[in-house]
Amino acid sequence: MSIPAPAPQHRRQRYFFDNERVLGPLLLFPAVVYIIALVGFPLILAVLYAFSDVTVGDPRIRGTENFVGFENFRDVFNDGVFRKALRNTIVFTLVSQVFVIVFANVLALVLSADFHGKRLVRFLVLLPWTTPIALGVLGWFWMLDSVYSPIDYIMRRMGLLGPDSMFGPGRNMYWLGKTDLAQAAVVVVHIWRTLPLATVILLAGLSSIPQDVKDAANVDGAGFWRQLFYIRLPLLLPIMAVATLFSLVFTFTDLTVSLVLTRGGPVNDTQVLSTWAYFKGIQGGNLAQGAAIALFLLPVLIAIAIGMLRLARRSEND
Amino acid sequence: MAIVETRKITKEFDGGAVKVVKDIDIKTVDGEFLVLLGPSGCGKTTLLRMIGGLEHPTSGQILIADQVVNHLPPRARQIAMVFQSYALYPHMNVKGNIAFPLKAANIDKEEQKRRVDWAAGILGIDHLLDRKPRQLSGGQRQRVALARALVREPNVFLLDEPLSNLDAQRRASARDELQRFQHEIGTTTIYVTHDQVEAMGMGHRIAVIEGGTVRQIGTPRDIYEDPADTFVATFLGSPPMNLIPRGDELIGFRPENFHLAPDGGVDSSTSLSFKLTSIREEYLGSEKLVYGELEGERTVARMAANADVPAAEGGEVTLFVDNADLRVFDRESGLRKESAPATIATGSGS
Repeated sequence: MSIPAPAPQHRRQRYFFDNERVLGPLLLFPAVVYIIALVGFPLILAVLYAFSDVTVGDPRIRGTENFVGFENFRDVFNDGVFRKALRNTIVFTLVSQVFVIVFANVLALVLSADFHGKRLVRFLVLLPWTTPIALGVLGWFWMLDSVYSPIDYIMRRMGLLGPDSMFGPGRNMYWLGKTDLAQAAVVVVHIWRTLPLATVILLAGLSSIPQDVKDAANVDGAGFWRQLFYIRLPLLLPIMAVATLFSLVFTFTDLTVSLVLTRGGPVNDTQVLSTWAYFKGIQGGNLAQGAAIALFLLPVLIAIAIGMLRLARRSEND
Repeated sequence: MAIVETRKITKEFDGGAVKVVKDIDIKTVDGEFLVLLGPSGCGKTTLLRMIGGLEHPTSGQILIADQVVNHLPPRARQIAMVFQSYALYPHMNVKGNIAFPLKAANIDKEEQKRRVDWAAGILGIDHLLDRKPRQLSGGQRQRVALARALVREPNVFLLDEPLSNLDAQRRASARDELQRFQHEIGTTTIYVTHDQVEAMGMGHRIAVIEGGTVRQIGTPRDIYEDPADTFVATFLGSPPMNLIPRGDELIGFRPENFHLAPDGGVDSSTSLSFKLTSIREEYLGSEKLVYGELEGERTVARMAANADVPAAEGGEVTLFVDNADLRVFDRESGLRKESAPATIATGSGS
């Protein structure tokens, strides 16, 4: 038997990247750098800040004398505005998500049917998702303007607003100036913002239900409602959970809507954790307390992340 | 139980650009096992789906139990269907799957349970009632699908290639079970397949469909022995019928119709002789297939394994076919002609 000749040099070079031990780390490298620099580092910094006494004017941690234990968390929690912001964050998120789930299901069902102009309608439904958040919210800000609101104009023309009308003698609703209206406005904008994504996810889920299964339900004698509640919705549940978790994260951590639309007003009534952390930490200069407020989001986000991972694992096992 | 009939039923797609089913007339006998057989894309599944109400015919009528059902939704047709994929509801257990049609019909709980147990008993799946479909094997899923179809006591069973997802071994036994099951239940059954073995083995009658039309309808024996045209002649039988051109005719005969010269010589008035040039032999145990050339045409002979036929390439042998086994087709249209042995004999040149 002869010993095989070693492959020529250029061939070995050509297959260099076929080696998984080379290619794998190489492909992972950019993602790892990205996560460490833009997620890991700020997170660690936030935790450090939350236990320290740094301010915007003096953000350096020199030694143990800068650490103050849980003092920031105590101060933050004793602040009435913080508790309001915490409650608002939870209420806004839950209320908007309930509406999103219902509307997204209805929309997905409608859009999965065959009709003329379906593509155009799908495009229009998806549009809010493609607009930058800040611009979209600015649009709403103008629509809800205290003097020039087109909604008010339409209501006036319909006789719903103005002297001797249903919504009172004033010429304007002052959408963003009254507590309940402002809170409702924030919720509506959240719904408007997250509905498209949830709808598209559910639409994908609907089209993944095999035609045979729908046919079988038809032959088995199930009418529309029975098919909806016994076949389609149960089969959609896993994907609905994915859509909900996504929307929850987006809504829960959102800064833009409250910041642009109401700046937390009137009198902090639409303040949420992220805006309060921003006002406290950046605008107010108390970096340490801002970090502490922001960290209140963490446990919820961890819980959601675990939920997502579990779902992913379960669908892998099926 | 019921008779299913289609009258001039047609299905077009894309505004008439594609005709999938063309003017098909089929009428079952009550309690019959009718097989729709054809290559893929021939329109057999579309025909079945129209009978089931899952597709609307472009024109023509569908009758079940003497009633026109064109306008009725599937659930109003008293039919049950088994799909190629079985289409079990993945989120329900076996019990839930079988009971679903009963729930949809608002049958009371006790009766539901009784009927589910009955159907599960017939199909031998009583021990699987609490399992989810993904925990079942292909054969078990198929039985659950059958139980779900059975439980409604439908007038007609529509089966769309229900065995094609099973492995070969399991398929043979499932074929037997399915046939016995249909025999016991006695419900009119329409069964779609592209597998001629299934069709021959199971059907009371077979409708051979090609290009959206029925080429022939008859018992397995009729179809095999007296094919109506060259498509049917070559689609059924493996290997297919040999076709030898003679003038404007095609002479057809089955590979197994070849035989060696009998002991007492050959009576040329009752049989025809052919000179086969052997190309290759396939040994199958109890028999062998001899592939060769005959008057320039590729031809197959099915012989006993020990038959004295030269196996080597280029070997020549004279084989005989009884006149009674010869079928004559028009070369142009492919349609069957009345066989006339005399014509064959004079035209044979032997």
